[in-house]
Amino acid sequence: MKTMDKETLIAQLKEIVKPYAKDQDALQNINEHTDFVKDLKINSANLVDVILDVEEQFNIVIDNEAMEHMLNVKSAMEIIEAKLGGQ
Amino acid sequence: MTVQAILDKLPFTTPFLFVDGLDHIDSDKVKGHFTFREELDFYKGHFKGYPVTPGVILTEVTAQIGLVCLGIYLMGEEELGAHMSFGLTSTEMEFMRPVFPGEKVTVEGEKVYFRFGKLKCRVTMKNEAQEEVCSGVIAGMIITKAHE
Repeated sequence: MKTMDKETLIAQLKEIVKPYAKDQDALQNINEHTDFVKDLKINSANLVDVILDVEEQFNIVIDNEAMEHMLNVKSAMEIIEAKLGGQ
Repeated sequence: MTVQAILDKLPFTTPFLFVDGLDHIDSDKVKGHFTFREELDFYKGHFKGYPVTPGVILTEVTAQIGLVCLGIYLMGEEELGAHMSFGLTSTEMEFMRPVFPGEKVTVEGEKVYFRFGKLKCRVTMKNEAQEEVCSGVIAGMIITKAHE
């Protein structure tokens, strides 16, 4: 599979985190370096929902190890692309 | 895991234990009951001269039966670390009918998911007439204890 366009992927992630992000300014300015917890102020319980929504949206399965790394937009993009590329 | 083993593992006691017994449990769903005794303390103040079970207590009953009991069953024999515990993370409830002192309620909990240490359940409470009292979605997860 061709690597997904970065901007498209960030836009898709933005839609996914929208219901859980407490910091609306950080959400509007979401970029590769945005941290889910520190910037968007998503709590650990809602982070699980973010990951399950990512699984559903991209039709991938995220294991415990990948989950522990999925703390910011950059690592989320890397994990999604690796999972999609591996199919 | 037997029902008695689950009840023994519940981290609650009087005056905040709201599970009398379980009628069914498997890895997807649980059913249990509780009777609101007339002498329960909160009836003295909710409301003045007109005792009605507070919604927050109804929510607690659905959480103890529908979430905590199922969580204990799903964890099975796996022991939590010394500094780990379960914490309530969200409740989204709707209330349809009042519950008065002396009423027996039945709670059914159905697992939405149990992933990455978080359990989310759809819960429904019914009265003895099988009318829906309240329902919603409740979640909790394994957390590090804040104190100790």
